[in-house]
Amino acid sequence: MSNIIDLTLVDLVEKIKKKVLSSKEITKAYIERADKSKKLNTYITEDFKNALKKADNFDNSPDFDKKLPGIPIAVKDLFCTKNLKTTAGSKILENFIPTYESTVTDNIWNEGGILLGKLNCDEFAMGSSNETSFFGNVQSPVGEKLVPGGSSGGSASALAAKLTPATIGTDTGGSIRQPASFTGIVGLKPTYGSCSRYGIVAFASSLDQAGPMTQDVKDCALLFSIISSYDNKDSTSIDYKREDYLKKLNKSIKGKKIGIPKEYRVDGMSKEIEDLWQKGINIAKEAGAEIVDVSLPNTNYALPTYYIVAPAEASSNLARYDGVKYGFRSKGKNLIDMYEKTRSEGFGNEVKRRIMIGTYVLSSGYYDAYYLKAQKVRRLIKNDFDDVYKKVDAILTPSTPSSAFKIGEKTNDPVSMYLNDIFTVPINLAGLPAISIPAGHDQKGYPLGLQIIGKAFDEQNILNIAYFLEEEINFKNKINDWWI
Amino acid sequence: MSKKQSDYTIKRNQNEYEVVIGLEVHAQILSDSKLFSSSPTKFGAEPNTQVSLVDAAFPGMLPVINEFCIKQAVKTGVGLKAKINKRSIFDRKNYFYADLPQGYQISQYKDPIVGEGSVILDLTSGEKTIGIERLHLEQDAGKSIHDIDPKNTLVDLNRSGVALMEIVSKPDLRSPDEVNAYIKKLRSIMRYLGTCDGNMQEGSLRADVNVSVRKKGEKKFGTRCEIKNVNSIKFMQMAIEYEANRQVDAIEEGESIDQETRLFDIKKNETRSMRSKEDAHDYRYFPDPDLLPLEISDDFINDIKKNIPELPDEKKKRFIEKFNLSAYEANILVSDIETSKYFEEVIKNSDVKLSTNWITGELFALLNDKNLEISKSPISAKNLSKLINLIKDGTISGKIAKSVFEIMSIEDKNPADIVKEKGLKQQSDPKELEKLIDKVINDNPDKVKEYKSGKEKLFGFFVGLAMKVSGGKANPQLINDILKNKLK
Repeated sequence: MSNIIDLTLVDLVEKIKKKVLSSKEITKAYIERADKSKKLNTYITEDFKNALKKADNFDNSPDFDKKLPGIPIAVKDLFCTKNLKTTAGSKILENFIPTYESTVTDNIWNEGGILLGKLNCDEFAMGSSNETSFFGNVQSPVGEKLVPGGSSGGSASALAAKLTPATIGTDTGGSIRQPASFTGIVGLKPTYGSCSRYGIVAFASSLDQAGPMTQDVKDCALLFSIISSYDNKDSTSIDYKREDYLKKLNKSIKGKKIGIPKEYRVDGMSKEIEDLWQKGINIAKEAGAEIVDVSLPNTNYALPTYYIVAPAEASSNLARYDGVKYGFRSKGKNLIDMYEKTRSEGFGNEVKRRIMIGTYVLSSGYYDAYYLKAQKVRRLIKNDFDDVYKKVDAILTPSTPSSAFKIGEKTNDPVSMYLNDIFTVPINLAGLPAISIPAGHDQKGYPLGLQIIGKAFDEQNILNIAYFLEEEINFKNKINDWWI
Repeated sequence: MSKKQSDYTIKRNQNEYEVVIGLEVHAQILSDSKLFSSSPTKFGAEPNTQVSLVDAAFPGMLPVINEFCIKQAVKTGVGLKAKINKRSIFDRKNYFYADLPQGYQISQYKDPIVGEGSVILDLTSGEKTIGIERLHLEQDAGKSIHDIDPKNTLVDLNRSGVALMEIVSKPDLRSPDEVNAYIKKLRSIMRYLGTCDGNMQEGSLRADVNVSVRKKGEKKFGTRCEIKNVNSIKFMQMAIEYEANRQVDAIEEGESIDQETRLFDIKKNETRSMRSKEDAHDYRYFPDPDLLPLEISDDFINDIKKNIPELPDEKKKRFIEKFNLSAYEANILVSDIETSKYFEEVIKNSDVKLSTNWITGELFALLNDKNLEISKSPISAKNLSKLINLIKDGTISGKIAKSVFEIMSIEDKNPADIVKEKGLKQQSDPKELEKLIDKVINDNPDKVKEYKSGKEKLFGFFVGLAMKVSGGKANPQLINDILKNKLK
């Protein structure tokens, strides 16, 4: 039998159900692997002792009707977990222990999942390389000193390094898809309103969405079926019929119309990315899909729009971290002094930068020129997609404009860092689902991803297309355990 | 409706100034739970015992609209004869304060739930209509307590997230008296509707007062100052008087008025500057992305409209038309919903005129004396009605009724029982009364002589004596008649 850690989520579930493996054996295997992988710095908080206890409990009275029977899972540290420290990668929540559970994680535990621990991420999910975390860089298992992407960098790294069989991240502008692309895994950003935001530390409320990060598309379909639910505790949660996405997963692509947006052929795009994209197009075409050239004319404005809307919401969402009620507090001469010191010391530079941008664009005299204009452009971007979806069933693009870069390479150039999100951001602005699947390697041997963008609530369709492409591409991650 | 000009003005030197006032009233919605959470809202609970994770703004917590509060706001809008907006938007008003856990207040800025409406004031000079600009929903903040701990400010979040209606008037008010009438009328309407208890001591009703002055006859408004958070009508009136005079003095000195926010100091009876326009907060309002625009249907509004109770203006009209009450009497009886309920209960079985007199006379005096609300009246409406019937059917005189009323105020008993126990029944048997009068005449031969010789004023002496001998129980009309006959 192959190693436990080499099994997919779906395989593990089957092996548990067939009593080939126990929850304890599986949990132990991942913990042992994690113990040898500290160099990657994926965990902010390990909860291994409890995980083993829960695994024992499961084995003693197993419930095989659950969808994740006794399966250990580590999650991004942006999800509030009851009685376990939740930091959002920030000093300001360094010692914050929630008394409540996020709906998404609750859904996982209700299906028998077992929490392994909390994974590193960019501070308040603001970053594209996991370098803004108060708890330090995460290294990618793909290569030493290589960023795993961000903000769900800890999740991507832990999954690619096989420290967890699957994980969940959050995606505000690409935070699931970009690290998935960088580390050679699958990441799905669901339709806005599909997964509850209750109990997820908020970054930009109108864009934030939780989603699965998995080894393959089947795992993705399984985990998505579990975490997506209507939740009356989140007013933006949408009540619609959710499918059993795994059960309905099939490889049919024949006859599907797939759009190729010309605006995504950005200046300076590398040949490798071009070739990757073409490879995807060719595979789809050969399988009988109809390739349609389409236009999303406002794509150029997506990034600037995103970097107005997201910081605006963040500047307000992060106002609650003031040292008064919970979290880090610095001593001050008076209330204002305490606020200033707490927030100066408690937040890192990227967070402060975005709070300042957000405060600025909402200020009187600038609101109309920035925030209001951005909201109008956001509507135009959404309209672009609506128009295109009259002609096609899905859209195929690269996930990122480049492969992973070295730690420190872009830290002093926020704009070049922001450009990483150029292909992912429009999807969040439009509230649509999109999946990134690994599709090839660049010359350095670093993974590259393809993104399939769907209509709202059409996750099944993009999962199906991804499932087909995945088989055809037959990607193999080149991870040599360099850190062990 | 007439829009009478108030004659309240301020005179300085040769100039006469008119005062222009607009109010932003913050009315706490009567609701068991908060605007965006299910925490209870009871007044006076132990600090920080009515606080949910949402109210304390824990990470990842999200607001969910309380539908009942929406109904209450729409109901109030209907009561203010206002336009109900089927689509409204919740915005965030951003500012830092220790008792504002989110770092922003969820409010409504550009698109409030209720638009323009009006309120009719009943002034001694007649009716005056005050325009309502808008009504919007917002969360209350918590409370900072500065006077318990000598070194620290303590924060109580029980009030954090409680639903408020901010009712903004047009600048139609012209005097402290009109402000008094406006607040009372607003409170009356909301109490009729059951949307706000109007309790100013408990802070359920507070107001920001905008004051400006202008020379009489001028069309343009002067620069206004806003006096923040005044929580009693008396203080509002004092603050307006002070502020209007301060502005007039400044103008007379040739100074200009700065638009600013001021505070009213109760102890010193003065307003003072809190912050200038330049220092004004930039609240960075923007639509709350955690809440979708609020859309309400015609059915939702119509259901509420169907269940609106009779409001003070309609009730007043009915009382005048149906019961022939004067406008003055009707005003008094409808101004408070409990008074009108009491009145309507009494007149179910009793004479309207007598009931009106007894309620606005004896009962109000009693309540005033004991400092009681009518809902806590020591005499029930049922028993007062019985007392009035005893007068009406001649069982007791008005005078005896007052003694019975007094007894009832101590012990709320059936007045018929009191009359029986104390033997207070009016003597109306002519034979008995004749005997009594004969005795009075026989005992006072001198006075009879004087009377018969033309000193007719003595008639009153005989009546008084006869009443006294009867212990006040004799029917005064019969005494009069019999005496007149006997002394002929």
